[in-house]
Amino acid sequence: MMKFRFRRQGNDPHREKIKQDLFAFNKTVEHGFPNQPSALAYDPKLQLMAIGTKSGAIKIYGAPGVEMTGLHKDTAAVTQIHFLYGQGRILSLLDDNTIHLWEIVQRENRSHLVEVHSFNLPGRPGIESTSATRVTVMLLKLSCDLLALGTEGGGVHFLELPTLTLLNKSLFQDEIMQSIPEEYKCGKSLGPVESLQQHPQDSDKILIGYSRGLVVLWDLNSRHVDNLFLGKQQLESLVWERSGNSFVSSHSDGGYMVWAVSSSNPCTHDPISSTIPYGPFPCKAVNKILWRTTESGSPLVLFSGGMPRASYGDRHCLTILQDSSHVTLDFTSRVIDFFTIHCTDKDKEFDDPSALVVLLEEELVVIDLQMAGWPTVPAPYLAPLHSSAITCSCHISNVPPKLWERVISAGQQQCPLQNYEVAELKDPTQKLKTSAFSPQVLCCHEDGTVRFWDASGVSLKPLYKLSTANIFQTDGDHNDSLTQAGEEEWPPFRKVGCFDPYSDDPRLAIQKISVCKYSGKLVVAGTAGQVIVLVLSDEKSDHMIDVATVDLLQDREGFTWKGHDRLPPKSGSVVFAPGFQPVVLVQCMPPAAVTAVTLHAEWNLIAFGTSHGFGLFDYHRRSPVLARCTLHPNDSLAMEGPLSRVKSLKKSLRQSFRRIRKSRVSGKKRVVVNSPTSKVQEANAQLAEHDAEVTPVQRRIEPRSADDSLSGVVRCLCFADTFLRDGTHHGPTMWAGTNSGSVYAYALDVPSQEKFSEQSVEALLGKEIQLMHRAPVVSIAVLDGRGNPLPEPYEVSRDLAKAPDMQGSHSVLIVSEEQFKVFMLPKVSAKTKFKLTAHEGCRVRKVALSNFTSVSSEEYSENALVCLTNLGDIHVFSVPALRPQVRYDCIRKEDISGIASCVFTKTGQGFYLISPSEYERFSLSARVITEPLCRVDVERPHDLSAHSSLLRLKKKDKTVVILSGLLDEMRSSLSSPVLDSPNSSADVTLDTTGELTVEDVKDFLMTVDEAENNYRNMTEEDGRPAGILIN
Amino acid sequence: MNKNHRVPSNRTLNAVEVKSKFGAEFRRFSLERSKPGRFDEFYGLLQHVHRIPNVDLLVGYADVHGDLLPINNDDNYHKAISMAAPLLRLFLQRKEEADYSAFGTDTVTRKKTPAALAAVKKPPIIISLPKDFRPVSSIIDVDILPETHRRVRLYKHGQEKPLGFYIRDGSSVRVTPQGLEKVPGIFISRMVPGGLAESTGLLAVNDEVLEVNGIEVSGKSLDQVTDMMIANSHNLIITVKPANQRNNVVRNSGGGATSGSSGRSSDSSTSFYGYSTPGLMAMTPSHIIQNYEPDEESEEEEDLVIEADRGAKLILQAGARATASTSMPALPRYEPHLDLRTSNGTMASSASAGSLNAHKGLEGRSLEEDGTVITL
Repeated sequence: MMKFRFRRQGNDPHREKIKQDLFAFNKTVEHGFPNQPSALAYDPKLQLMAIGTKSGAIKIYGAPGVEMTGLHKDTAAVTQIHFLYGQGRILSLLDDNTIHLWEIVQRENRSHLVEVHSFNLPGRPGIESTSATRVTVMLLKLSCDLLALGTEGGGVHFLELPTLTLLNKSLFQDEIMQSIPEEYKCGKSLGPVESLQQHPQDSDKILIGYSRGLVVLWDLNSRHVDNLFLGKQQLESLVWERSGNSFVSSHSDGGYMVWAVSSSNPCTHDPISSTIPYGPFPCKAVNKILWRTTESGSPLVLFSGGMPRASYGDRHCLTILQDSSHVTLDFTSRVIDFFTIHCTDKDKEFDDPSALVVLLEEELVVIDLQMAGWPTVPAPYLAPLHSSAITCSCHISNVPPKLWERVISAGQQQCPLQNYEVAELKDPTQKLKTSAFSPQVLCCHEDGTVRFWDASGVSLKPLYKLSTANIFQTDGDHNDSLTQAGEEEWPPFRKVGCFDPYSDDPRLAIQKISVCKYSGKLVVAGTAGQVIVLVLSDEKSDHMIDVATVDLLQDREGFTWKGHDRLPPKSGSVVFAPGFQPVVLVQCMPPAAVTAVTLHAEWNLIAFGTSHGFGLFDYHRRSPVLARCTLHPNDSLAMEGPLSRVKSLKKSLRQSFRRIRKSRVSGKKRVVVNSPTSKVQEANAQLAEHDAEVTPVQRRIEPRSADDSLSGVVRCLCFADTFLRDGTHHGPTMWAGTNSGSVYAYALDVPSQEKFSEQSVEALLGKEIQLMHRAPVVSIAVLDGRGNPLPEPYEVSRDLAKAPDMQGSHSVLIVSEEQFKVFMLPKVSAKTKFKLTAHEGCRVRKVALSNFTSVSSEEYSENALVCLTNLGDIHVFSVPALRPQVRYDCIRKEDISGIASCVFTKTGQGFYLISPSEYERFSLSARVITEPLCRVDVERPHDLSAHSSLLRLKKKDKTVVILSGLLDEMRSSLSSPVLDSPNSSADVTLDTTGELTVEDVKDFLMTVDEAENNYRNMTEEDGRPAGILIN
Repeated sequence: MNKNHRVPSNRTLNAVEVKSKFGAEFRRFSLERSKPGRFDEFYGLLQHVHRIPNVDLLVGYADVHGDLLPINNDDNYHKAISMAAPLLRLFLQRKEEADYSAFGTDTVTRKKTPAALAAVKKPPIIISLPKDFRPVSSIIDVDILPETHRRVRLYKHGQEKPLGFYIRDGSSVRVTPQGLEKVPGIFISRMVPGGLAESTGLLAVNDEVLEVNGIEVSGKSLDQVTDMMIANSHNLIITVKPANQRNNVVRNSGGGATSGSSGRSSDSSTSFYGYSTPGLMAMTPSHIIQNYEPDEESEEEEDLVIEADRGAKLILQAGARATASTSMPALPRYEPHLDLRTSNGTMASSASAGSLNAHKGLEGRSLEEDGTVITL
C-alpha cells in the first residue's frame, strides 16, 4: 500500500519522456474477413470494392493492402452501398432508413473514409405509416448527379448529389396508374418498388420494377411512361441487356423472363421468353440476376437462388448459365450479393465479363469467367481466417528467410496458384511492394489444421495449411467416397469456398502450439491429449509415425477418466506431402486436452501438460523422460472430462442469464460520452437499471482454498538454461506452473550434441514453489543477470541474439493471475513483486515479454512485461523492477473471446479476434507499427465552386508529383479503361485536366520493424513528397 | 501484593522487576520498561532462565487487580510490562498440563497461588478458553478518518476459517457540487454465520464499502472489488460507511475504554495506515495496544519452497519472523533479533513511516541474503 503510494508520486519528467518514446497505443488494422457482411459494391473506375456489415461498418478494399474503414454512428445494418463511380464517394443505406454519403479524403498523407452527408426520407404529408417511405432500392445515375430511391409505398424519389437534397419531382404510383390498362389494375396497388435500373444507352430513362410484376420504362425529362411491361409474377430483380433493347426480370417463383423493349409497342403483355431453370417443382425466388453479353456468342446468365424448394431449398446457390454450360455453385454460407467485372467502356459492344465476385456471409469467392469450366480464383485478400473455428493462435516474428521460403514453397505445392495474376484482378497494376516486406507469420490453429499466414502486410495472406487429421482414424474418413458418387447429379452442384463450420471430430482441435523457427520444428497439441512433433521437409515422404504413450496419472489410485477417448492413430505408413511432416506422436493418458506445450529444439525435448499433470519427452530418442501428476487429491472435477455432471445446474443457469443480460447491454447503440455531466447521466441510467433488478448480484468474499476444482491444470511450461542447483553451475532446467499456484522446477541433464543417441536425458526435481495466494500461474520466464529474458534456442549459436549474461545472478519471473513476482535464483528468494489484483481488482489473462525500442534512438530499447487483464486493458511493466509504466484500454471487458484470443508479438504488437473472422491488430510500441498508409487519389468533378478551384489546383499539383514518382504504374493504369472522362459533361473545365485526373490507388504499407528498411525505403522514394512514410 | 518481597531500587522507573514462577522454582530478573522487546524474545528468555529450553509454556501474570491473565502475544506482553508496578509476577505452566480455568477475573486476588486454584468450589464463568489469544480484527486510523467511516482490519492468520461475507452492487447518495446525486456503490449484502466478518461485529449488512486496502472502490465493478478483496484476503483492510451510524467510535475519548482483553480494540496510532513498529510503539501512549507487525509483506511473501529432499521450509521475508514460526532453539537466535529491534528503533526516529517501511524491507532482504535465517 505504502509502496504503491510512493510509486505514484515518482513522476520523473525524464522517465516520462522515455516512456513517451517507447510506448504508444494504436489500433492499426483489422485482418480477415468482415463479420456479418450485408452489402457489396464495386467501382470499376477506381477498381475499389466495398463491403458493408450488419454492425454499420463500411470497408473499402483496393489493391492488396489498400483498405479503409468507416463506421456509422448508429449500429444499424448496412443494407445497400453504391459507389459514385470514379469519385471516391460511396452511398450507404442503413436498416434505419437513413442514407449516408462517404468520401475518401486525404489526411496526414493517407486516405480516410469520412461521412459527409446523411439524409432521412421524410414521410409523405398526410400519410402516417412510416413503412411507405421505407427505401427499398437505390439507383445512382451513371452521371452521379442524381439518386433515385424506390420505396415500400411504391413511390420513387429523387435526390441531388452530392448534397443529398430532395428534389421536388417524386414519382408516385397514381401517376403510373393512369397509364395502366384497366384489366391489369384490378383495384390493387403495385406494391413496393423492387428494382430501379438506368437505361444503358439513354441516361434519361429508368426502368422501374414493382413488386406485383409491373415494369415501367420512365422518361425522367418528359415525365411520362415510355413502355409498360405487364408482368404477372412477383418481381425480384431486373437487369438490362447492354444494348438496351431488352431486359431480364427475375421472379419469386424461381424463374426469369426476357422482355423486348420496342418503341413501337408501348404496352407489352408477354415476355420473349420465360424460364424456370430448376422447375417444374416449386422453386425458391431468384433474388438477383445478371445478364452479360459475350463476344463469343450466347449471353451469360448469373443468378442466385431459384433452387427447388423441397429438395435443395436449404442450399446457398448461385447459377451460371451459358448455352449448354450450367454450373450450380454450392456455397457453405448465404449469398449476400455478387457482381461481375466486365467491360464498362461504352464504345465496346459486349460486356465480356472477366470475373464473378460473390460475397457470402463468411467469405468472398472469385470465379474466373474467361477460363473454361469457370474455376475459382484465390482472392488476394479477404481470406476467411475462420474456415473452421480458430482455437488458438500464435505469432512468430522475424522468421528466418530460409524457413520462410520453405514454407511458401510447401504452400505452393499444396495449392498451385494457377494464374496468380488473375487473382490480382482488383488492380493488376498495383501489387504489394515486396521490398518493404518483413517476414512475419501468424499461425491460426483451427480444427485439426494449422494455417500459416503472412502477417507482414495489411491483408493476411495464406501461406500454407497443415492438417493433422490424416494421422488419425476418424469417423469422417469414409465420407469422401459418398460425395464422389454423385457425378451425374442434377442440378450440377459444385462445392465452392473453404468455409467449413462443421468439424469432423472435435478431438482433432488444436489447443496449443510451439515452434522453433530456426530448426523448422513444430509441436502441436490437441484436445484428445495428442502431442505431435513435426519437422519441415522439402520432400514427399511415406513413413510410419512413432507413437509413445505417457501416463500422467502415474500411480494415483481411485481416479477414472470419464471424458472422451484418445484418437486412434493410423497403423502403417502414411504419405505426407512436402511441408511439415509428423515424426512422433506422444499420447497423454488420460486423453484430456493439452493445456500447455513447449519445445526446445537444441535439447530435443518437448514438454506438455494437461489437467492431470505434465510430461517431458525426448523426441530424438523417442523416449519419455518424466511424467508428473499435479492432481490434488480432492479434485474430482478433473477426472470428469469436459462433460461433467459435477458442475451445478444452478450455477450454469445463473451464468447464462448473466451473459444474456450483459449482451443486451452491450448491444445498445453507441453513446458518445464527452462531458462529465453525461457521464453522470449514464451512471444514473445504469443505476436505474440496477434498481430495477429484483435480486442484486452478489459476490462471496472467500479466499482461494487448496482444494478448488481443476487445481492441477498445468498452465505454462518453460525451458531455460539457468542456475537451479547452485549459484555457480548453470544447466538446462524445465519449469511448470499450475492452476493452484504451484511451480515445479526440474534440473535436466542433457547430453552433449554428439551423445544424443547414446545417453538419455535425466530430470531431477529441483524446487517446488507454492505461491501463497494460490492464483493460477499464467507464465514463467527466466531473466539473465542483466534482467533480460533468455534468448530462444539456437539464437545465440547462430549469432542472432546477444548471449545471455551468465555472470550475474539469474532470476525467474512468475506471473500468476493476481501478481507478478521476481525470485532470485538459485535460492528462489523473492526480489520484487507487483500485486495487480490487490491494487486494481483485475486479473491477468495474457502476458508476454516484449522488447520496446525508442522512437528517438534506435539503440535504446527496454524489455517490458505486457499484460492483458480480464477487464480488457493492457498494462505495461518494467522488467525486472515490475514498475507500472502505462495502461491502455484495449478490448471491451464483455468481449471474452476477444480477450482469450489475444496474442502479443516480441516487438510490442498484438492481435485479438474482434469477431470469429477478424483479427484486430494493435501496437503498444511507439516505433513498431503496422498500419495501412494507403492512398486513393481522386478528383471529384461535382463539388467545384468558384472559390474552391484554387484548392483544387493545389490538389492537382500534388497528384502530379505523386504520379511522376510512379510513372510506370501510371502508364499501365492509363491503359486501363479508367481514363474515360466522366459521363456528365456538366463541368467542361474538367476535360482539360483529363490526363491528370488519373485515379491512383497506392499502397504505402509499411511494417516498421527494422530501421534498415526505413532507410532503404526513404532512399527509394526520394522522388515522392516527403512525409508519405509515416512510421 | 503485601507479601511481595520488594526490593527498593532507584531504577524502578525504567526497569521492571520480574518474578517468574515455574512449578516450585522462582527466577528473578529485570526488563527495561521502555524497550520490552517482543513476546517471542521474552518467551525465549523465560525458557532460558528456567533452563527448560524445550518445554512449551503457558505464561500468565497477575495484573493490578490481581487477575491472572495470559501472556501469549506482543500485545498482552507489552500491556503486562507497562502495567507492572513495579514487580511483574509471572506464573508459568506446562502447556499440556495447563489449567485454563485459572485465568480470569479475580483469580489471583482470591487465591494467591495457582496451586490453590484447584480447590475452587464454584468455578467462575468461563468466557472462552484463552489458549492462544490473537487479534481477529481491529478498527484502525480512527484519527484520520471521518467519524462516519470505519476502517476495519481482518486478520486471517492463515487459517481456514472463511472471511465470510458477500458484497453487492447498489447506489448511495453523495453530495456533489451539482447537489445530491445517486452514485453506484458496493455494499455488504450478507454475512456468513460463524464467519470471520460476523464474529468481529465490526461489519454489518448494508455497510457501504469505500476502500479496500487503501484503494478506492468507486468506479470499480463488483467483480473487480471481489477480486481485490480476495487478493488481499490475508490481510484485508476495508473502509466502510456503516449503515448503523450509532456505534461509531467517538474521537478523543481515549481508546482505553475499549481496549483490554476484548476482541475489539480501537487504535489511534499516528502512522497513516496503522503501521506501527516496536520502536514507534514505545512512543505511543500506553493505552494503545496495537503493535502486531502489520507485515502485509511477510505474511503473503511466505511462498512455500520445497527442495528436492521434500523438507518443507519457509522462505521468510523479514528475518524477524523466523523465530515466530519455527520451533526455536532459543538462545542463539536471541541476540540478532535484539539487534534488529534496536536498529528499527533508531530508524523510527526518522519520522516518515514510509521510509521506515522501505528500509525495513531492505534490511529484511539483506538478512536473508547472508543466509543465516533462510532455511534453503
